[in-house]
Amino acid sequence: MILGILFTVIAPQVLQLFAIINLTTIIALAILALSLALVWGYGGILCFGQTAFFGLGAYAYTIAAINFGGSTWAILVAVLVAAAFAALLGYFMFYGRVSDVYMAVITLTVTLILYSLLRRTSGPEYKIGKALLGGFNGVTSPPLNVPWNPSAILFPEHVFYAGMAALILSYVFCSWLVQTHFGRVSVAIRENELRAELIGYDIRFYKLALFTVGGAVAGVGGVIFCNGVGRVSPDVFSLHDAALTIIWVIVGGRGTLIGPVLGAFGLFYLTSFLGTQGVVNNNLVLGIILILFVLLVPRGIVPTLVRWWDRARARRMSQRRELRLRRRRGAGGVASEAAPGGGP
Amino acid sequence: MDLVVALTLQVVYGIAHLVLISLGLAIIFGMMRVINLAHGEFLMLGGYTVVVSTNHGVNLWVAMLILAPLVVGVIGIIVERALIQFLYGRMVDTLLATWGLSLLFIGLVTSIFGAQTGTTISPPLGAIRIGDYSMSTYELLLIVIAAVLSLAVFLVLRLTRLGLMARATMQSAEMAATLGVSTKRIYMITFGLGAAVSGLAGGLLAPLTGVLPTIGATYIAKAFITVISGGAAILAGTVSASVLLGGINGVMSYLTGPTIGEVALLVAAIVLLRLMPRGITGRYFRKSL
Amino acid sequence: MRGEVVVEARNLSMHFGGVKAVDRVNFNLWENELRCLIGPNGAGKSTFFKCLTGQLTPTAGDVVIRDFTATGRQPHEVARLGVGIKTQVPNLFDGLTVEENVLLSARKWHAATRARALTAATLERLRIGDIRHHLAGRLAHGQRQWVELGMVVAAEPWLVLLDEPAAGMTHEETERTAELIREINQTATMIVVEHDMQFIRMISSKVTVFHEGRILIEDNMDVVSADPRVREVYLGHRRQ
Repeated sequence: MILGILFTVIAPQVLQLFAIINLTTIIALAILALSLALVWGYGGILCFGQTAFFGLGAYAYTIAAINFGGSTWAILVAVLVAAAFAALLGYFMFYGRVSDVYMAVITLTVTLILYSLLRRTSGPEYKIGKALLGGFNGVTSPPLNVPWNPSAILFPEHVFYAGMAALILSYVFCSWLVQTHFGRVSVAIRENELRAELIGYDIRFYKLALFTVGGAVAGVGGVIFCNGVGRVSPDVFSLHDAALTIIWVIVGGRGTLIGPVLGAFGLFYLTSFLGTQGVVNNNLVLGIILILFVLLVPRGIVPTLVRWWDRARARRMSQRRELRLRRRRGAGGVASEAAPGGGP
Repeated sequence: MDLVVALTLQVVYGIAHLVLISLGLAIIFGMMRVINLAHGEFLMLGGYTVVVSTNHGVNLWVAMLILAPLVVGVIGIIVERALIQFLYGRMVDTLLATWGLSLLFIGLVTSIFGAQTGTTISPPLGAIRIGDYSMSTYELLLIVIAAVLSLAVFLVLRLTRLGLMARATMQSAEMAATLGVSTKRIYMITFGLGAAVSGLAGGLLAPLTGVLPTIGATYIAKAFITVISGGAAILAGTVSASVLLGGINGVMSYLTGPTIGEVALLVAAIVLLRLMPRGITGRYFRKSL
Repeated sequence: MRGEVVVEARNLSMHFGGVKAVDRVNFNLWENELRCLIGPNGAGKSTFFKCLTGQLTPTAGDVVIRDFTATGRQPHEVARLGVGIKTQVPNLFDGLTVEENVLLSARKWHAATRARALTAATLERLRIGDIRHHLAGRLAHGQRQWVELGMVVAAEPWLVLLDEPAAGMTHEETERTAELIREINQTATMIVVEHDMQFIRMISSKVTVFHEGRILIEDNMDVVSADPRVREVYLGHRRQ
């Protein structure tokens, strides 16, 4: 988190405007990654369609901002819409006791349906209030403004600050949440649903609550996204973006919050780099990465690194213990008898 | 009267369309409980096989009925050997790996053929008239093919030795293994067959939709909904779900337009799954194929 | 000796397709009893058990736990009545430590401080304190059974349902488990599903014998083991 704050302060001084705007987009995606890290990594809820809430947040913000003429309430509306949709979908799935795998397919299908639905909204008859839905071109988003002062539009730098603030706050919130009793129960449910139930926890409710929170966080990401890119289009619901979200969590590390966030940043730069060099196709590389990680590094980068670190440390400590034992034995016969686990 | 006939045929075509795109997935899911997210790409590859081979002079029907299933079937077997077989029992990992595979195929095809296709083919056979309405003869043919295909799968499962071994493996892999059935080979063959059926479907649909590397995505949602709603039984599940969802889609599309029709399909599927979490054949027709 | 009836099953049936796993069973359990359910494999003991816990919804009949109709309820609703449940195959939170496992159970019923104290006491009582920081998934089978028992005990239930608590244990472990169960019986009413005849002798007096989904006989262990029908049903099983 300290790094995050440092980064926030330094970046605008060092980087050009274009990079800052780019970063804002990545930050939005990182928030999306965070939401899935919470829901899937900690809660064990396999949601392949987290982009649905992200996109709904983006669309809701844009439409609300256009209709309200200012961004303040629009942000709230966006988060509420995303959360409400998550709650509704979650209710259907969890209270219907839909299992893991089916849930993945249903959520993926939901985001794809949103994609194809919104792509068809090109005509002038498709609008909500003053906002035209715009079909596959999407809608230009009104930029963020100083709260309650619609004419004071924020500069890209300030939008960047707002984005980083949102990311840091979301991260802090999620970290806090997983430490609470609610968070621990959610993890327990991930580990063994039946056992959690037999202790007396209503797992349907816990999963619904976590899923709704995840949806809300994704919605926040959606709001930042509009401001980073400047517009929102149905592509935000696409299969490609949904896949990316899953890849961030797998590569970054299921079971940590920071892993997927870093994964989002890392993969974004990787794909941009690949895009510019144009030799190998984007999808191809992503696909290979996903397959390799599932086969070889199923826990993701961060947890694997943590495990190596732990193992290396344990090895060092046992080596030190060995050394101490040998020294003691050399120093005197009596001491060697007292050495724990000692012996020829 | 003509309207009723034309409408009915349209709805039936919608159902047949669902059956075609879902059957390959159902075979693989019903047998191995593998949800193959690269299914859309198998359809896409079938389509590409047809387009590329006809561009090189191969007869359209040969390309669609023989070449497409053959090519994609072989690809399916390779995929099973190289990837899927390591992940049996790990449902989530299989889901993820096949998603990776899907991206890989899209990337591969885009790299080789570019993001758009050269020439497309127009549907053969022209149209027939039903009173004031006309309908593509090709679509009618597809209805027939869908029915024939379902029948063929049924016959293979019921009457052939392979089908018997496959059904035994489906019910209890361990038991089948103790009886001398090579479950590994059964899985491999089944996956290949499922891929071949998907390739066939993709090839058949190519004249109607054109081919793009990303066309898999348009099929995948509907195929999945159909298979999951159908439940564990391969044929009964797919057919019953297709009839139900395709019927609702068709009727709603006629009444209110294609957009609402799609929404209706989705809503119907969600409600269905809420009521019957294991799909239609999880509750009814449980012992059927 | 006889208090009130705390668990009652009335005409309980559980059918799976054509198979009648439980067939019109009438069952009564009195307060503070320790009743064992025995019977050969497939007799319906575990199915009956799952009907009591809410894991299965019976095809017909009712389950009543102290005036609460438990038939077809969700498992967590049954658990919240104060019922502790241990399943046939130990169900633990494999990725969490032993301590965290027990704490989660205690925490459902008490605030944080009391829960922590209760957890520590339970770990000591079951003598699993030395493995408190081990991951549940890494434990040996016998230890897993005890951890699950610990989770049950930490919730301080008034009714305890155990499905095969001694399965797969060594002789010493079995004796220790029997001791624990007798201890728990001092404050709770219990139902234990078991196979092991010697283990049952260590813990209980009254026994209900299941056979083909119905109750064959219900009486003291001595009477039951001398009964010729029971001998017949267990033909092939080691004569006690």
